[in-house]
Parts: sequence; C-alpha cells; structure tokens
Amino acid sequence: MGSQVFLQHLANGISLGSLYALLAIGYTMVYGILRLINFAHGDIFMFGTYMAYYAITSFMLPWWLSFILAILLTVIFGVMVERSAYKPLRNSPRISVMISAIGASFLIENVAIVVFGGRPKTFPVPEMFAKVLSLGEVSIVSVTLYTPVITLLLLALLLYVVNKTKTGMAMRAVSKDYEAARLMGIDVNRIISFTFAMGSGLAAVGGIMWGMKYPTLLPLMGMMPGLKCFIAAVVGGIGDIRGAVLGGFILGLSEIMIIAFFPALTGYRDAIAFVLLIVILLVKPTGLMGQNLTEKV
Amino acid sequence: MKKHRLLTALAVVALIGLLGVFNLTFDSYKLRILNLCGIYIILGLSMNLINGFTGLFSLGHAGFMAVGAYVSALLTMSPELKDTVFYAVPIHPFVKAMSAPFPIALLLGGIAAGIVGGVIAAPILRLKDDYLAIATLGFSEIIRVVATNLQSITNGPLGLKGIDRVVNTGWSWGLAILTVYFIKKLMDGSYGKAILAIREDEIAAEAMGVNLFRHKMYSFIIGAFFAGIGGGLLAHMLGTIDPLMFRFILTFNILLIVVLGGIGSITGTVISACVVTSMMEVLRFLEGKMDFGFFQIQGIPGMRMVVFSALLMIVILWYPRGLMGTKEFNWDYILQRKYLNIFNKKKKKKTVSEEN
Amino acid sequence: MTILNVDNITMQFGGIKAVSDLKMEINEREIVGLIGPNGAGKTTAFNMITGVYKPTLGNVYFNDKNITGIKPHEITKLGIARTFQNIRLFKELSVLDNVLIANHLRLKSGIVASIVKTPNYKKEERHIYEKSLQLLEDVGLLDLINERADNLPYGKQRRLEIARALATEPKLLLLDEPAAGMNPQESLELMEFIREIRDKYEIAILMIEHHMQVIMGVCEKIYVLDYGITIAEGSPENIQNNPKVIEAYLGVD
Repeated sequence: MGSQVFLQHLANGISLGSLYALLAIGYTMVYGILRLINFAHGDIFMFGTYMAYYAITSFMLPWWLSFILAILLTVIFGVMVERSAYKPLRNSPRISVMISAIGASFLIENVAIVVFGGRPKTFPVPEMFAKVLSLGEVSIVSVTLYTPVITLLLLALLLYVVNKTKTGMAMRAVSKDYEAARLMGIDVNRIISFTFAMGSGLAAVGGIMWGMKYPTLLPLMGMMPGLKCFIAAVVGGIGDIRGAVLGGFILGLSEIMIIAFFPALTGYRDAIAFVLLIVILLVKPTGLMGQNLTEKV
Repeated sequence: MKKHRLLTALAVVALIGLLGVFNLTFDSYKLRILNLCGIYIILGLSMNLINGFTGLFSLGHAGFMAVGAYVSALLTMSPELKDTVFYAVPIHPFVKAMSAPFPIALLLGGIAAGIVGGVIAAPILRLKDDYLAIATLGFSEIIRVVATNLQSITNGPLGLKGIDRVVNTGWSWGLAILTVYFIKKLMDGSYGKAILAIREDEIAAEAMGVNLFRHKMYSFIIGAFFAGIGGGLLAHMLGTIDPLMFRFILTFNILLIVVLGGIGSITGTVISACVVTSMMEVLRFLEGKMDFGFFQIQGIPGMRMVVFSALLMIVILWYPRGLMGTKEFNWDYILQRKYLNIFNKKKKKKTVSEEN
Repeated sequence: MTILNVDNITMQFGGIKAVSDLKMEINEREIVGLIGPNGAGKTTAFNMITGVYKPTLGNVYFNDKNITGIKPHEITKLGIARTFQNIRLFKELSVLDNVLIANHLRLKSGIVASIVKTPNYKKEERHIYEKSLQLLEDVGLLDLINERADNLPYGKQRRLEIARALATEPKLLLLDEPAAGMNPQESLELMEFIREIRDKYEIAILMIEHHMQVIMGVCEKIYVLDYGITIAEGSPENIQNNPKVIEAYLGVD
C-alpha cells in the first residue's frame, strides 16, 4: 500500500472516528447521569440530518442557517424524548426503562418512515464542504478535514462546560450520586434535560456532518451508527467524555483500516464494533478510561 | 389437584378440537396467521424464560432464530434444490450433502441454536442489565452479518428458497403446546424456582447456594433452543429465508409480545402472542387502500409498526406489568368464579380506603 | 472443636482498609457476637467469610478447609449460611418458595429429571417440601406459607430470612443485625429464638448486632471492631468492662 493511499485511509478513519465520537459523547453523558442506554440517540441523530435536509431543500434557507435551525430543533426533540419516554419511569425497574428506550427508538424510526418516507433522500452538500482538496498526492473532500476540527472544538467547549461551569458541576454531582444531588437542592430534572439537550445538539452536528460525508438519508440511518457509538462509549469507559471520544476514534479508525488492509473483510464491517465490544467487556469491562464500581451488599 | 389435571386435559382436548375445526374451515391466509400464532407462542415463551423468569435482559433472539432456521432448512433441502438456489456461489460440499427429515432437522436446528446460545452466554453472563442487552444484540448482529457473508453455506443475501412448506397447524400448535408444557414444568420444579430466585435477588440467590452461572446458562441454552425451533418452524412455513429477516426488529416483535403479556407470565405470553400476531394482520388495512364507499384514503406504508411501537410505549409507561404481570392462569380462580366478584371487591376496597 | 478459623484477613478498598488483620475463632455450637460502631467493617467481615469479597490478605478456614476466594454458593454448600442487614428475601415469591429455593443446592436430580418428574425427583421434591414445612413451623410461619414474602410484617421477614438460611443445612449461621428495627419485646423473643435454633439444629452462630441487650444476653464470646481493627475480644463481662470498647462507643478523646 502506497503512503498516499494510507494517508487517504487515515484521513477517512479520523473523520469517521470524529463522527462516532460526537455521537458517543451523547451516550456517555446520558449513561453517566441516568445509567440508561438512550437507544433513541441514533434516531435523534437521524432527526437532525433530516431537519437540515428539509431546511435546505424545502425552505431554501442558506446552509448555515439551516444547520443552526436543525441543531436547535434536534435539541428540542431530544429533550422531548427524555420528557415523554424516560422521565415518567425514573423510579421504575431498569428493565422497564430499557424497554421504554427501545420502544421510543422504534417509534421514532417508524414515524420517520411514515413522515419522511422510506425512500432514500440525497443530502444537499454545500459547496464549501464538497470541495476536493489536493494535498500533494492525496486528494480529500473538505468535509473530511473539517469534521475532526469541529469535533475537537466542540469537545473543548463541552469539557469547559462540564468542568468549569456551575451547571457542569451539578451534572457531575448528579452522575456521582443522584439522590444526594437532589437533596443538596440541585434541580435534577433540569440537569437531565440539559444533558439531553447537549447530547442531542452534538448528535445533530454529527448527523449533519454525516450527511455531508455519506449523503444518503434513510429513516433507519441512525440505527447502526447509534449502536456502534454506544459501543464506542463503552470501549472508552462509559460516563467519561474523553473516553467516549477515544472510543469513537478507535472504532472509526479500526473500521476503515481493517477494511483497507483486509478487503476480504468488507462484508464484516458492521461486526467489527461488536467484536471490539465483546473483547473489551471481557478484558476490561469498565472500558479504557473507566473506573471500577463494586456493588454494595 | 386431580380435578385440575382432568380439567387441563379436557381444555387441551377442546383446544385441539377447536384447532381441528379451524384447520378445516379456514382459508390458507387465515391458516397462515394461525400458524404464526403458534410459532410466536414458542418464541415469546423462549424469550420470557430468559428475560422474564431469569431477569436477564437479552436481545439476541433474532440471532438464535436465524441459526435454527438456517440449520433446519439446509437439512431438509434436497441437494438438487440447493444447487439451483446457490447459483451465485457454489455450495460447500458438506452443506450440500447434509440432510435429514423435517422433525429431526427441526430438532437439530434447535440444538444448534442452543449450542450457539451457550457459547455466546458463557463469556457474557457476567455482564449485567444493559451491558448484557447490548452484548447479546451485538452477537445477534454478528450472526446476521456472518449469514450475509458466508455465501457458500448460507447463500448470502440471496437467502434460501424453495424450503418445503410442511408446517401446518399440527406442527405449529402441537409444538406450542409442548413448549408451554415444558416451560411450565421447568418453572414449577426446583430448577425453575432457583431461576426465579436469580431474578428476584441475585446476591441472595447466590448466598442460598444457587450457582448463578450454571442456572443462567440453563436458561440461556433452553431459551436459545426454543428460539431455534421457532426459527426452524418459521422457515418451513414461509418457504424462504434471508438474513434481512433476522434483523433487530424481529427481536423487537417478540419483546413486544412478552411485555404486553406480562414479563414473567406464561399465560400472558400465550394470549399476547395470539393477539399481537392477529393484530399485525388486522392492522394491515392501515397500509392498504381504504374504501369507504363515497371516498377513499391511500394507505400509509409503515403505519402498522407505528401503531405497535406506540402500543409498546403506552404499555410500558402506563401498564408496566402488562396483561398478566407475573400471574398465571389458575383453575381455582375460574372455579371459584372469583372473576364475578371483581366489581364487588373493588367497591369494597374503595369504601375501605374512603373510611381511612 | 473449632469450626471457623479466620486467619488475619484484611480487606482493602482503594486506599481504605475496611478490615485489617481480623482473627476470629468460632467453635461448634457457639454463639459469637461481632460488634462495633457503624462503619467498623462488620458486614465487610461477613462478606469475606461468605465469599462475596475475596480478602486482600489472609485466609478463612472452615472445618480446616481453606475457603478463601471460593464462590459464595460453594461456601453455602460447605455449610455457611447468612442473612442480610437489609433483608434480601425473594420478595415476589411465596414464603414457602423462599424456603424451597434454599433447598435447591442439596438437590441431586438433574434439570431434565425435574422436568419429566422422574420418581427419584418426586421423592426428593416431597422430602424438600416436608422439610420446608417443618422449618416454617419451627419459626412460626406455617400459617403464612402462601403469602408473598414482602407482605409479611418486618419481624416475620427477619424470621423467614433465618428459616431460609437454615434450609441450606448450615453448620455455621451468620446473622447480620437480626434485631434491627425490633422493639425490646421482640428483641427478647429473638434472643430466645436464636438459642432455640442453635440447640435444635446444632449450629454455631455468628451475629452482628447493635442491641447490646441481645448481644450480652445470648453471646458466649464477642469480638469488637473499630475502624476495621479488632480492639477487643472475650466474654460479655470482659467486653462490658473493657475501657477501649467504652471509648470506641462513647468517643472519648
């Protein structure tokens, strides 16, 4: 394999990895606070992509305005999902909450099939992101370069919010001890909504970038990336934002690289994440950056 | 107790008689739904054993079904048929040569699924709750990806066609009744009670000497076995299978049946399997053209699944115990006509609470 | 004759030593108390003896067999049963089922035999059933066998938990705060009850308890833990007059 081909794959891997990272953050934040797999997270990501699509194609808005609008709508949508599917079950057994999460995911997907239509749509990629850049021998679509940059900027912003602001402190408190945080006067429901809002916002950004890199939109497009990004979050160590980003990059790079080096495995691409999951759960169940938790008897 | 046994025997005879009548009077479309009901009873019970009785949240059912379906179908297909079906990639000689009559093929399909279930469960049983869910879902997806790619064995995305459609009411309902009997006997026995104890409190169960790993394995293997049987029946009812059939949505449908019926109730699963399967068909009108004489509405494709996912949400949010909770059908209840007293009882309770 | 020999076990969680160098000897048919202020490491000691935690250092011998690090269910099979501080019954199951389940570990028939109900299995099942009824009669719950476990009043739940532990046929029974939440009258009854089961089932009992009346009234030997360290051991009279124990409880500085 020539070095330029390798660089090409590397760029693609990093770009895919940063998309995974954006989604994985949402999973890890929600899990950190509610101990719940937000099965609908992948569908929130799908929703964001469709919103951007409709804003550009049906409402003829400029792309930047469309993107902002799509992100805002997705944030509202994510908070709505939390309010209707998770909040009523806050004191229910975990199995109920999990079933509710799966149900919410299926409901969104099926409503999307009815409302958005089952046929694929093509995402209108703004020119700025579709340009082909030539760096020496390597030619790369500009969105491939923008994606990791945007991801890292958002990560920096997020880490700032979580570690330096009052709301962030409250988030950390809730994730450490839900009950104690409530007793200390933290409005837990507000914090949970805020967490969903941030996660959904990041998912929308991820969805839009995804649409520009892989421009075929389908109502079920969020399912596989959703599952994979949860896995990325587990690999990195669930509950840890930096871990989620690390997991996202590991997953994205390994998917692209394994297929690049072993083209025979192309068909097995979707299995790579699951194999990675099972390996990590057996070797280090707390993930690469996770902490140990023991159950109280 | 003897009276109950007699009543049960009579009820089974009556059920068989009723099924016989259906078998003679139903057209092929209705018979197909009837068969599906039987198959979904088996599938629902097998999932209920793992998820409801043992309390392990597994989402691997579609994978186990796929194993059962492929193994049994490849065993009953004739070598000539296999050659015509495998036109894209030649079939592996061993797979071509293997063959067995339907009942044995079905059994072997179930056993294969049970083995796969055991092999999968062994490493991941130490995981809890959502990790277990995601890992089993992962394995189920891996099985599907493998089925898509191992073309010389599974014929890849093209799937298998021309499978003998031998499944009739006798097979589907006969095996459904057998499964009910098996699961009931298991849960009434000492092993079933130990399995329930794991659901109730793992730490206490272990402290009372229940070997968690071994009993979880039993549950998983038996559950996967029946899922495999269900998959084999489905293959021999539909006549064609392909990897896309065994997506997560299939697991979701079974989960819907289990949740609706009551997680941990055999009776609930049986009723709910019949209701959900029939409703799936009844609600087809939502997706076809509707003709009200003076005006017509175009059907909306995908509407059925919207209804079902909404139904699941409604049940889990407002009736989390489902139809039966963990309760079971009971002759005493019927014989004492307690159901006639439901209204009186409620009234009484109300007055009591008002007094307080 | 010594039945349990706890040989210098230490449990470390991160930087904290929950229990350090605990030494303990329990003889057959002896009732031993384990006391100490909250957070002294008593339940951790229980968890190490029953295999929930593996001690960081040291060994536990039961009937001269080293049981350090083997699984809880195996330890129960060898003859150590326990109850829990925060009552862990199988809540949704009946009182009878709770006790039946605790017999499962002695069942010889396999799972297939249990489904097809072989004569052998039926015989075993009948034996278990009768034995469980006898046990429930002994603890005074015979009239409640079909009640759901979580419908029982608190004191009876404690009794059921003890009956369930006894059903595993232990040689040593570990009781974690059996008198918690009981009034003085109930506590007195409990003392009597503990002595009765010791005599009837010929077992040794190790109990954690805060009710001094119960501990002093029923135990033959007492160990006192404070911050994971054994600060005293001896007869109830010895312990009552030990200045270190008084200090730990009253907090003299």
